[in-house]
Formats: sequence, C-alpha cells, structure tokens
Amino acid sequence: MILNIRNVAKQFNGFHALSNIGVDVAEGKIHAIIGPNGAGKTTLFNLISGVYDLTEGEIRFKDVVINQLKPHLRAKLGIGRTFQIVRLFGLMSVLENVMIGTHCKTRAGLLKTFLRFSRKELTEEKATRENATRWLEFVGLAHKADQTASNLPHAEQRLVEIARALALDPELILLDEPAAGMNLNETLKLDALISKINQMGKAILLIEHNMELVMEISHVITVLNFGMKIAEGVSSEIQNNPKVIEAYLGRKK
Amino acid sequence: MDYLISVATIAGIYIIMAMSFYLPFMTGQISLGQAGFMAIGAYGSAVCSVKFGIPYVPAILIGGSVAGIVGFFVGIPALRIKGIYLLLLTLGFGEIIRVVFINVEYIGAAAGFPGIPYQDHSLLYSYIMVFILIIFFSRLRKSRMGRAFHAVGSDEDAAEVIGVNITSVKLIAFSTGGFIAGIGGGIFAHYQEYIEPLMFDVMHSVEFIVFTIFGGIQIFWGPMFGAFVLTMIPEFLRVIQEWRMELFGALLIIMMILRPQGVIGLDTIQGLKKVSSRILGRGLS
Ligand SMILES: Nc1ncnc2c1ncn2[C@@H]1O[C@H](COP(=O)(O)OP(=O)(O)OP(=O)(O)O)[C@@H](O)[C@H]1O
Ligand SMILES: [Mg+2]
Repeated sequence: MILNIRNVAKQFNGFHALSNIGVDVAEGKIHAIIGPNGAGKTTLFNLISGVYDLTEGEIRFKDVVINQLKPHLRAKLGIGRTFQIVRLFGLMSVLENVMIGTHCKTRAGLLKTFLRFSRKELTEEKATRENATRWLEFVGLAHKADQTASNLPHAEQRLVEIARALALDPELILLDEPAAGMNLNETLKLDALISKINQMGKAILLIEHNMELVMEISHVITVLNFGMKIAEGVSSEIQNNPKVIEAYLGRKK
Repeated sequence: MDYLISVATIAGIYIIMAMSFYLPFMTGQISLGQAGFMAIGAYGSAVCSVKFGIPYVPAILIGGSVAGIVGFFVGIPALRIKGIYLLLLTLGFGEIIRVVFINVEYIGAAAGFPGIPYQDHSLLYSYIMVFILIIFFSRLRKSRMGRAFHAVGSDEDAAEVIGVNITSVKLIAFSTGGFIAGIGGGIFAHYQEYIEPLMFDVMHSVEFIVFTIFGGIQIFWGPMFGAFVLTMIPEFLRVIQEWRMELFGALLIIMMILRPQGVIGLDTIQGLKKVSSRILGRGLS
C-alpha cells in the first residue's frame, strides 16, 4: 500500500466533516472516491495534501507518517494534486505554471540565479523547462506553452493543472473532479489520459461525479456519505450496493 | 543643471525604494516599513563611514546587509499574518526603528547625524543600483525563485500544496526587500550628508506603495516607472509640491477606476515589443 489512511477524523468547529475514515490506496492503482455533495471528499484530499490538520488519526505515505508534515514536504515525498476549482497561477504562462511543479526538486537560489555563478543553475533551468514541455506534450498542450494560463479554456486549464502535478513526478496523484465542466469529448480524452498516467505506474486517487468514467477506469471505489465511509469495492459491488444507491437517491430530490 | 542632477538622484533613490517594496509585494506581502529599512541602511552606512572610516561602497553594502538581516527577523512574524495585520506590523516596525534612532545618542539622537562624507557621484551610484535591479528583476522572471515568488503572490495555498516552501520564499523576499531598501538608504545618507530620524517616517513608506500601485504591479517596470515619474513631476511643477500627497491620492483613485493594474502592465510590455520588432524589422529589410 502506498497510502494508508487510518481512523481519520476532521472537525470544523465541532462539525464532523469526516469521521473514522480508513482507506488504503495500493501502488499503481486507480482508486476512486465518490459520494454526494458535501460528503467530505475534498476534505479528505485536503488532509492528505496538508491543507488542513486532521483532528484524529494517521496518514502514512510509503510508510512515512505524513500528517505532521508541511504541504510542500508532502509534495516532495511524491504526492501531487489538482484542485476542484482550478487554481493555476493566472498571470504566468502555461509553461511556467508547469515549471513551478518541479520547484521542490530543484535548488537554484535567488543570488545564484541572479549572478549566474555556475553553469549548474542554467542547466537546471533548462532541464526544468524540458521536463515541463514534456508534460505539456503529454497532456496535449505543448502548442499553448507560451499563452497566459488564465486565457485558456476551462478544460485545458484542468489539463495544465494535471501537467503541473505530474511535473513533480509523483508516485501518487490526487485528482479532484478533473472532468468537472468538460464536455463528452473532453471527458473521453481525460479518461484516456488518466489511464495513461496509471500505466506509468502512478497511483491515482480520483474524486469524480461522472459515474460512467468512475466505473470504467477505477480499480477500487470508496463511497463517502455525510463524512463516513459507507462502502468500498470494485465497480460491480458498488453499483449494486443498496446503501450507495440510497445515499445517491436520498439526496437527489 | 545642479538642480536637475539633484532631482534625478532623488528619483534614482526612490526607484530603488519602490523596488524594495515591490519584491516582497510580489509574494503577497505588503510592507509599510520600507522607510524603516531605509533608515537602517542610512544609519548603518553612515556609522561605517563616519565612525570607522570604511569606504563608500563597502559602507553601503554593510548598511544594506544589516537592513536585510533585520528584514529577515521582521519577516518571521510577518509569515503568520496577512493583509491589514501585516500592514500594522510593518508600520509598527518602521515607527519603532524611528523611535529607537531618536533615542540613541551614538548616532545623534533627535538632533540627527551630521558630517557624513558627501558622495560626488551619488547620481551614478544610484543608477548603477537601478541598473543592477533591472537585471535582477528581469532575470528573476525567468528563474526558479522568481516563478515561486509569482506563484506565492497569486495563490500561496496552492503554491504550498504543489511543493513551494512558502516560508522560505516569503522570508527571502522580505529580507531581500530590506536589503534593497538599506542600499537606497545608504546612497541617500551619503548624498544628504546629514540624516535625522524624521526623514524616514511612515509617509515615505506610503509613497513607495503609491509609486508601485500607480506605475503598475504586474511587472517590475511598473514601480520603476511610477517612482521616476511621480518624483519628477512634482519637482518640475513647484506648485504641486505642497499638494503632493493629495495629488497622489487623486491619481490613485483615477487609476483604480481607469486602469487598476497601473500605468505599465503586461500588455504595455507586449505592445512595446511588437512595435519595436516592427520598427527593427523594417530597418533590416
Ligand atoms: N474550511 C471549512 N470550514 C468549515 N466547513 C468546511 C470546510 N471545508 C469543508 N467544510 C464542510 O465539510 C463538508 C464536506 O465538504 P467537502 O468539500 O469535503 O465535500 P465534497 O465531498 O468535496 O463535496 P463536493 O462534491 O460538493 O465537492 C461540507 O459540509 C463543507 O461545508
Ligand atoms: Mg469536493
């Protein structure tokens, strides 16, 4: 298991956003987290990547307890993520956004960059650029490298976020509703992209409302409702689980 | 001619000060304490030259370094707070520095610090510094740390999650800003020959902010332009001089309505590039 979430709880001023959550993510698998709105899915991501401190429990990544670590150190260990609402650095170019992804794996400091003491910094900069270009090619956006990020259409901004997370070469990548706001065609492409990322051996934790997409590509599905885990299993098990059906139907009206 | 040189020198020093504000500003830290760092650099370098006979350039570098170190320590509490609280903290810092200097006999206390060796070439030195800053900021844009500065400035939580150590980035920006302000202070002290704590009051810090907001916050040419223009104009229109802050206030309001990104924006630079390449292109063909 690459990620172990044990007895994790999160409260916001007494409101139980998550209670007693246990989830294990296996190496190289696509693991989906589904559940109705407000179930606590994004909160779980925020606990894993360190945006919030957890109230109870423990999170291990590659057998290292990470729930005390600062977010940037978790990234450095190999956890990449995207956001439910796209959070690109709007005024920077697409390429620069992806280049930021390798920040924690590179070294060049302020003074050295400025004075250009050594070839090393320039080589590093070049490698960073090439790496970013490669990942932009991977998501099919190399031709937009020099555009200002905020000028891209929404679906492409989502892809840039994925490229930015991949630039770090993480072993685990958290995707928070990557298909949100995408049309059918774009969703199909995304589907293929996620599988490709998975084929590179990366584990993927995926929050997604598009059930077709989820059922098709995930190896394991965990269902949350009202901050609790109500089911876990492969797609066929989840589809026929009465609790899951009720959770979704119960909220539809 | 002398008058022109004097105005240009002050403008150069103010450009340096505006850039000292702009660097931490890039990472989302708004400092009202830059005049305080300027004071540290001014007094620090003055002590070096007057009391220890250290030559001009090293004296100024020492003054700047002291301001940079102080900036580092002020930057630590600044990490935890944002917005209005950061303004108050840096405002408080600037005032504390002034009060401390008013009370230290060694550097002349309230009566001021006279007899600082006059630097004939202050104009040259201030623009050498401006030139260094231009190189610095233009390289910054295309460097690892510069990208991190921009990322932290535009969304620090997202930046942290994708691997930017925002603590170190913000500290570096804040303390380098202090260093730059200290250099400005050193050049200022050796141009004025005499400094007193009153010269570094918070209204100056406010001016540096005005320069930046007016000139433009998207790219470093903005504050440079703002500092230069807003220092020159009142000097040449003597009538305005007394009404300077009022004028600045009115200008800012107009800017906020007409062009919130400031006079110089990314679009300005792109436009200039296009025009210049067209002209050059024609010249070649
Ligand atoms: N910072 C916060 N402060 C207070 N309450 C919060 C905070 N973040 C989330 N919550 C609450 O926790 C609950 C779970 O929110 P979360 O964003 O994790 O849901 P979600 O499963 O991602 O939903 P969606 O599908 O709508 O994205 C919600 O009731 C939300 O209001
Ligand atoms: Mg969510």
